[in-house]
Amino acid sequence: MKLLIILPAFNEATVIIPVIRQLKAVGKTLPVDSQICVVNDGSTDKTAAVCEAEKVVVLSHLINCGLGASLATGLAYARRNNFDFAITIDSDGQHDPHDLIHLLKPLMKGKADVVIGSRMLVKNNQMPWLRQLNNHLFNWLTYFFFQVKTSDSLSGFRGFNRRAIQLIKLKTERMEVSNEFFSEINRNHLRFIEVSIKVIYTEYSLAKGVKPGTVFAIIFRLLLRLVR
Amino acid sequence: MSNFLPIQIIFAVFLLFAASRVWLRLKDGSLNVISFIFWFGLFILALIGVFEPELTSIVAQKVGINRGSDAVIYASIILLFYLIFRTNILLENLRHDLTQLVRLISLQSKK
Repeated sequence: MKLLIILPAFNEATVIIPVIRQLKAVGKTLPVDSQICVVNDGSTDKTAAVCEAEKVVVLSHLINCGLGASLATGLAYARRNNFDFAITIDSDGQHDPHDLIHLLKPLMKGKADVVIGSRMLVKNNQMPWLRQLNNHLFNWLTYFFFQVKTSDSLSGFRGFNRRAIQLIKLKTERMEVSNEFFSEINRNHLRFIEVSIKVIYTEYSLAKGVKPGTVFAIIFRLLLRLVR
Repeated sequence: MSNFLPIQIIFAVFLLFAASRVWLRLKDGSLNVISFIFWFGLFILALIGVFEPELTSIVAQKVGINRGSDAVIYASIILLFYLIFRTNILLENLRHDLTQLVRLISLQSKK
């Protein structure tokens, strides 16, 4: 069985190498053959070059298309190359590669089609309060729009089995993709569970991600997606 | 002609120019018939409103607005909101098409 680990990356040359090396090390311990695929989303730094030097698959967008577009490219690669499982993970080092197995196990055992790594299931998690508030708002919106209950709708650590890889068709291109995954779970009647994951916050990772100021833009684009 | 106010003449010239552009877009095939009817009809209605302002007042009173000019402004605001919304959808669709092209190129480069 084959697993594709998808890393969307936009100007991550300074942080992505340790992530790739850890993923390679953890990948060797997994009960499946794993391959790492970096989707270089039109980076203007040396992201593509440093990843190619690590001998991983690098899919390069000619221009910056956004997080959602990068994830869709990774899933399209998984479909084309007949992968059994795909896991998306952030390339800024905020996820612990050792949690890969926790996402993979339910997929291998056939317990779920989609597994979301939730940062909110950890007691006393270190998530800043503003991010927690943001997350709660988006969890509520996800339930309101797509009727799927989740504790972490903005998590970038997600696992998919072959059925989910085949069925999920993303339409959004930017940060709103995190919520669109739940729309696809609902539309395709995919079985979905959450597992607890660790999260490593650094100044670098905190500077990225969904910010409260972008809430309205994301909601607007989600609405556009519904009527498009 | 001498009975018309200068503003009516300016509006009429602009609306006739706009209607002529719509006609030309239909002729060169960049506008479909439904869009042509919508835009041409809109500009002709506006032209009628410019020369017969009392007609707008009749319509305004029927929908519960006192002045015809107010009704025109309200209708314009609603139309502008709708057009901005349509433009956003068009931009999102274009962005989506562009992304698909970028994705295809990136996937084919790995074959």
